[in-house]
Amino acid sequence: MSDGRTTTSPTFADVNRDVLRTLEPPGNLYFAWMCFVALLLAGFFAAWAGQVWWGMGMAGKRVPQMWAMYITTFVFWIGIGHAGTLISAILYLFRARWRTSIYRGAEAMTIFAVMTAGLFPLIHAGRMWFAYFLLPYPNQRFLWPNFRSPLVWDVFAISTYLSISTVFFIVGLVPDIAALRDASTGWRRRIFAMLALGWEGSDTQWRHYRRAYGLLAALATPLVLSVHSVVSWDFAMALVPGWHSTLFAPFFVDGAIFSGFAMVLILILPMRHFFHLHAYIQEKHLDAMGKLILVTGLILTYFYICEIFTSLYSGEHIEKASLFWKVTATYAWALWTMYFCNCIAPLVLFWRRARTSPVVLYVVSILVLIGMWFERFNIIVPSLGHDFYPYTWGIYYPSPTDTMIVIGSFSFFFLLFLGFIRVMPSLSIVEVKETIPPPVRERAHGH
Amino acid sequence: MATETVLGVFAHVDTTVRALEELRARGYHDLTVYTPLPVHEIEEVLERDRPVSRVRLFTLIGGLTGIASAFLLTIWSSMVWGQVTGGKFMQLVPGGIAGASLPPFFIIAFELMVLFGGFATVIGMVVLGRLPRLRPSASYDPRFTNDRFGVAVHCAPERAASVHELLRVSGAEEVKSR
Repeated sequence: MSDGRTTTSPTFADVNRDVLRTLEPPGNLYFAWMCFVALLLAGFFAAWAGQVWWGMGMAGKRVPQMWAMYITTFVFWIGIGHAGTLISAILYLFRARWRTSIYRGAEAMTIFAVMTAGLFPLIHAGRMWFAYFLLPYPNQRFLWPNFRSPLVWDVFAISTYLSISTVFFIVGLVPDIAALRDASTGWRRRIFAMLALGWEGSDTQWRHYRRAYGLLAALATPLVLSVHSVVSWDFAMALVPGWHSTLFAPFFVDGAIFSGFAMVLILILPMRHFFHLHAYIQEKHLDAMGKLILVTGLILTYFYICEIFTSLYSGEHIEKASLFWKVTATYAWALWTMYFCNCIAPLVLFWRRARTSPVVLYVVSILVLIGMWFERFNIIVPSLGHDFYPYTWGIYYPSPTDTMIVIGSFSFFFLLFLGFIRVMPSLSIVEVKETIPPPVRERAHGH
Repeated sequence: MATETVLGVFAHVDTTVRALEELRARGYHDLTVYTPLPVHEIEEVLERDRPVSRVRLFTLIGGLTGIASAFLLTIWSSMVWGQVTGGKFMQLVPGGIAGASLPPFFIIAFELMVLFGGFATVIGMVVLGRLPRLRPSASYDPRFTNDRFGVAVHCAPERAASVHELLRVSGAEEVKSR
């Protein structure tokens, strides 16, 4: 069987050596990049502090767009967080062997993206020290969250998703940390020894591990599809024109996978280049991810067409007016940017040469991320700005505070990811070994 | 009864499998096999006389606990603080719950099923796999997380010599007693 098996065939010892190499002390470029990211993050915290001090008016919040850039960016980051668990759970169950060399990076991305997303409801809520109000906890007034509210479903969906993704990630890391423990010395060895829980790779451990991993994948599979569906119901359960649609759940899930894969490429391509991982992240991996972006992009285009058609065919005057306003008025530029980035730009991936060219893939991925951010913007801001009554219509303008917080959230994400790839194996040692033909003495006895 | 552990270190999958087959044929069942990754061929030999992992039982119990606690929490909290839904309070009446808006509670039940089930699965893996281990077992060798396979045979001291011989003939690079 040739698919998924590396053509140059590194040996098991090569895999340990190459993954260990990624943990060596980094160069100046890395520190320069980290400094830049940290500077942006300082801006993020300064803007947030300003908003807490002076109030929510700093974020440009006014009726009718009380949900503006914060919720847009929240949905954007939750969407990014979809690719990791999709790769580690769904593609695991489908036995797609190409996932092995990218899944660790993608899982880390998922956790950091959901953590970044989790900041936004807090920022948006203003007094974030009361965020525990969202959770059901016993209290003397017998006040409980209203479990009929989509916002409460969202709290449950996202905290479950973050917990299960983290568990999945840690379980996958244990055998790899054991390999690092056995290859390192001094204080590093002591830390790895603690984190590896004394993993030895004995037959009993593997037996329970494999079963547990399969079950976690089975639990996480519906979870991946449910998270963005629940996020979509935050909108679809409301009556606002442009939101109240049964199409929203699959539409959001597809868009999430689309943007998630774009972010995976944005992280994996530089990693491949700087860590010299070409033997593990090969052209066929890029090709597979390119195809997934193309397919999800085409499905998304179909959903856009459906959305327009449903609105026109509905006979619903307000629905049509809202659509017409979106396409032609104040925010039309955002809508057309979205159509270009999400529908036209990915079409270049029909060519195999584009799918295997890191430069083309990188450019398309950046466009896709821009397009998907604008998609959420177009759902939230123009819909709220043009609902049922003319006297509630309004235009939202971004303020320096919320713009800084949105940009700063990227630095929060990148700081976590860049830190991670230097202290933990960003390539799964065990799973990469599974794709290499195992060492056999006599070919006749082997595969 | 005193036992001795004989450890054979192998560089290849086929020689490891051959050694395991030989050991089984001679009636040695108390084995520990160390591999850097799960290997299908080796698992196949070992699984013949071992039951399926009980981790799934943990998952089932965790998942059911999640569903039950979600419905308890949502239904009970709606009843202690009655909110009008569909023109009715949710309340206990003879024969069931009236005014119930159950469909949204299924979402909470699903989420808690996955959450509790996932945690229980990991607890099952840790408990059944005897983790965490504070010190390495006597027959463990750091090469087993890199590129070597280990077969540790726990046997009576008088049979150790024949196990040594068996492992060496099957193709072990190194055989030692621990």
